[in-house]
Amino acid sequence: MPSGKITSVTEPTNQLHAASSSNDASLANRANDYSETVGNIRVDSPKMSMSNVDVFYGEKQAIFDVSLDIAKNEVIAMIGPSGCGKSTFLRCLNRMNDTIDICRVSGKILLEHEDIYDPKLDVVPLRARVGIVFQKPNPFPKSIYDNVAYGPRIHGLATSKVELDEIVETSLRRAGLWSEAKDRLDQPGTGLSGGQQQRLCIARTIAVSPEVILMDEPCSALDPIATARIEELIDELRSNYTIAIVTHSMQQAARVSNRTAYFHLGYLVEVGETNDIFTNPNHKLTEDYITGRFG
Amino acid sequence: MSQTTIDIVNKNLAKRYAREKRFRLLGFGSVMIGFAALVFLLVTIVGDGWGAFKQSSVRLQLNFDQSVLSIEDVADEEQWQYGNYIGVIKAALRQRFPEMTSRAQKKLIYRMVSPGADHQVRQLLKKNPDWLGSIQEVWLPADDDIDSFVKGHVDRSLPESDRRIKDTQIALVDALQESGDLKLKFNTLLFTAGDSREPEQAGIRGALVGSFLTLLVTLGLSFPIGVAAALYLEEFAPKNRFTDMIEVNINNLAAVPSIVFGLLGLAVFLNVFGLPRSVPLLGGIVLTLMTLPTIIISSRAALKAVPPSIKEAALGLGASKMQVIFHHVLPLALPGMLTGAIIGMAQALGETAPLLMIGMVAFIVDVPGSFTDPATVLPVQIFLWSDSPERAFIERTSGAIMVLLTFLITMNAVAVLLRKRFERRW
Repeated sequence: MPSGKITSVTEPTNQLHAASSSNDASLANRANDYSETVGNIRVDSPKMSMSNVDVFYGEKQAIFDVSLDIAKNEVIAMIGPSGCGKSTFLRCLNRMNDTIDICRVSGKILLEHEDIYDPKLDVVPLRARVGIVFQKPNPFPKSIYDNVAYGPRIHGLATSKVELDEIVETSLRRAGLWSEAKDRLDQPGTGLSGGQQQRLCIARTIAVSPEVILMDEPCSALDPIATARIEELIDELRSNYTIAIVTHSMQQAARVSNRTAYFHLGYLVEVGETNDIFTNPNHKLTEDYITGRFG
Repeated sequence: MSQTTIDIVNKNLAKRYAREKRFRLLGFGSVMIGFAALVFLLVTIVGDGWGAFKQSSVRLQLNFDQSVLSIEDVADEEQWQYGNYIGVIKAALRQRFPEMTSRAQKKLIYRMVSPGADHQVRQLLKKNPDWLGSIQEVWLPADDDIDSFVKGHVDRSLPESDRRIKDTQIALVDALQESGDLKLKFNTLLFTAGDSREPEQAGIRGALVGSFLTLLVTLGLSFPIGVAAALYLEEFAPKNRFTDMIEVNINNLAAVPSIVFGLLGLAVFLNVFGLPRSVPLLGGIVLTLMTLPTIIISSRAALKAVPPSIKEAALGLGASKMQVIFHHVLPLALPGMLTGAIIGMAQALGETAPLLMIGMVAFIVDVPGSFTDPATVLPVQIFLWSDSPERAFIERTSGAIMVLLTFLITMNAVAVLLRKRFERRW
């Protein structure tokens, strides 16, 4: 069980937040106080480790002092109401926010002890290590084969056509698209259905063999059947990859993730084992959100 | 009595529909006015210009007599070049009308055939050297006055003194037509000859080649520069006051009267850099200045239309900025850019004013052979011909306009096709 790797943290500040959920008085008190995260933000040997991350869009601050670890081979879900900053936070993890001129990130984000916001760090290899799948399926207007082969090609991962074919096949198989796509590899990826397109995008991402896969609401544009397939896929991928997924659907978070982080107005309110969060939230806001009282 | 909602709605319904109908009629009327104007324009141009594609030709039995031609030494190129071809034509005319003996009569029969016809005869003999010493049947262009008469532009009922064609000539024309020696034939000269003072000898070949060379320079310069500028402004330039100012200025340049670009070309390229005048190279550079804003604006629009999701997808895979641009953005934006370029080229093809300023308005007979040969372009040729007094230039002006319009329509159609063909939906 990947969740077994998560251990309690010894830092005193976090000890403070690990308050018993049975204490109803403290729950009520915390409703208006969400500047400190409840739950264990740290894990043993994290794959990625964020400390005191602030994100600004121009003058407006979108993320406030978020610290969080992502364990190796875990699926961490980020939930929260619209505009809570969960996507912004996710996009910081492979510096996709660099593309937004007015966006500014401060704090420390480590990928295996390496600061990814180090000015000397090159984003190209970073994004090869931390892949991303977007909300809307966005295959290139090229053939299915070229879509998957694009990443390996630009990074020179394959030395021969045979090797490239192999990467494409493996990636499509892993993404569960091989049986549907193997006879039409030369047809445009844009001709697939929405769910197939999203699986193609996942295949494209895993073709580069990233260590971490970020998923920004990967199912929000899909119907329930396609969503179920993607969720199955995430379940299969967790053995090889570390996955951070932003989702609007609490059921989805509950189904696919080991840990869940709840964001509210740019603050990380609570983080914990998915089971705990959904059955026994420690923070009033988390409870209100997952019970559908708002959001 | 209180009215129900449905009563109120019903009461106003007729009024609402009437308003809609009026609005639709108004729109339809506007389209019809535009359409009528277009039809009028086309009918006038085609009506006037149709004649330009036909030319009256006279059949003569030319005797390529060596003594008449004064080619004594067959090996001497110069004697072939300066042979007395007019003499051959005149002899043939005299032979055709033996009854015309007086000096005045001979003068009239000599004026049946184009004064520049000796050029055609020289070309014919050059192509068929074995004709020397033989008698050959040859069609030669008639004089423009004869041509106008044959095409019915001259009123026979006018008194002789008011006509450019005399009664004797009319009799000759009738005689020639009767014997089948004068016919309206396809005017090949219009497409094979350069400009000329004689309408029947004038063609648009020089202007066409000039236009082609000029546009080649324009395309070669403005497309890469325009695309590079658009790429920089869209993808690399920081968004600040300076780039805002550049953007405003580019949009402004698109609206600057083209004559100003001509003056700029005159002042900078002719006076400062000392480029040769009247040449396609210079014309192309000046038209580049004029076309650049169009290409930059349309290229930027095409780049903007590339969905950010595609760029993000490539970036998310670890593509560098250059790879994103060259693998994804540029291929997707290229059809839009090409459409803009073609429209810009069509604009440049129809441009006259800036070229007047740099000397491309000169009377140039030779078809230009390179970018640095003096040349003129199609619209300037139209301008020049429209200024000429000869009756026959009227139809040639319209004929040249028809050719120009054909090119413009073709280019714009290609642009539309390109857009339709490569239009993508995401």
